[in-house]
Amino acid sequence: MTRAFKILSFQIAVLAAGGVMMTTVATMTHAAAPPAAAVQIDNFTFEAPTLTVRPGTTVTWTNQDDIPHTVVSKDGAFKSKVLDTGDKFSFTFAKAGQFGYYCSLHPHMAGTVIVKG
Amino acid sequence: MFDNDEDRRGFLKCMAWAGTGALFAFDGGIAGSMGLDSALAAPVRPSAAAPFTFVQVSDSHIGFNKPPNADARATFREAIAKVKALRVQPDFIVHTGDVSQLSRDDEFDDAQQILKETGLPVFFVPGEHDMLDPDGGKAFLNRFGKGSKGAGWYSFDHRGVHFVALVNVADLKPGGMGNLGAEQLKWLQADLAGHSSSTPVVVFAHIPLWTVYADWGWGTDDAAEALKLLARFGSVTILNGHIHQITQKVEGRIAFHTARSTAFPQPAPGTAPGPGPLKVPPEQLPGMLGITDAMFVRGNQRIALIDSTLSA
Repeated sequence: MTRAFKILSFQIAVLAAGGVMMTTVATMTHAAAPPAAAVQIDNFTFEAPTLTVRPGTTVTWTNQDDIPHTVVSKDGAFKSKVLDTGDKFSFTFAKAGQFGYYCSLHPHMAGTVIVKG
Repeated sequence: MFDNDEDRRGFLKCMAWAGTGALFAFDGGIAGSMGLDSALAAPVRPSAAAPFTFVQVSDSHIGFNKPPNADARATFREAIAKVKALRVQPDFIVHTGDVSQLSRDDEFDDAQQILKETGLPVFFVPGEHDMLDPDGGKAFLNRFGKGSKGAGWYSFDHRGVHFVALVNVADLKPGGMGNLGAEQLKWLQADLAGHSSSTPVVVFAHIPLWTVYADWGWGTDDAAEALKLLARFGSVTILNGHIHQITQKVEGRIAFHTARSTAFPQPAPGTAPGPGPLKVPPEQLPGMLGITDAMFVRGNQRIALIDSTLSA
């Protein structure tokens, strides 16, 4: 019984230490991570259709539809492969500007990312 | 030229095998619609020329496996079994695109194998789902578009009818709908130039060649230019897919028709937040999937279209 208690205590200590370490890692990651933003693709629309972010932001699109879509910029700056249900595509916007994009399968689906500092 | 009612009744009689389904008789582009029963009740005289039929299948989406259809291969097999069971075998099959869900080789393979069981020639046009390989449609064209031009367009003549296969899913423009493009329109002009206005013309393409619903992109931006080239013909029938439901309209001497999918239905225009699959209960699904039989009788330039479902 005593021995079991010791093992349990040891486990708790390990867990606690691990927790501290994980928190530290998470904080470090957070401090170092570039800004991020998300756009959901749902019901054949980009939500939100206009997104404003700071330079250096990574935007991630996720296809929530049962039908595949693509994310293609109008000026050729970025182009996803086909995104089936649940697939994601990310692009980092380094410079300021306005970036129109659309789905090359369903071109009536359109959106814009505005990048400004 | 278009007033030979006896022939029409003659071939309507031949359509007795087709079972349930709305029936549309095109009279120089002016469609008369009637129930099959009343059509069969009309006096029948033998047709002067042997009719021929072809079958349109569409939007098989091989590889689709989500609600409302866990197996689009199985429903495509059912549709093809229906074709094989037709008492009057069609001369050929037309597939109006979205053969596959994701342009994968195994999806194209399976579609090809299932269609092969009919032993019939099959003519294809790509849908946007067939353009998803890294080369933007090459996989489809290498397999189903041999001898075609550009993104996959071509024409052929069959028993006095001119068939034109158009591609309106390539190089789509941001904010737009379907698109034929200048190169294809130029080809169409030259292709039609060699045919007299009395030649019946059947055009097939994936996305409708008239605007069914712009908010969902259900139309073709430059369709009007193609329709202008077709306007001088006495009988034009345009067969499309893409919207997974039957719609039809007649404009002048041009009759438009969209076919059901063999994979899943889509909502009627504007009746849902988006055009995604209509998630109907399993027992309702077969009644919303189907094929289209088209019958042509030489001499009276009419085409009868019969849509039948997998439940019929």
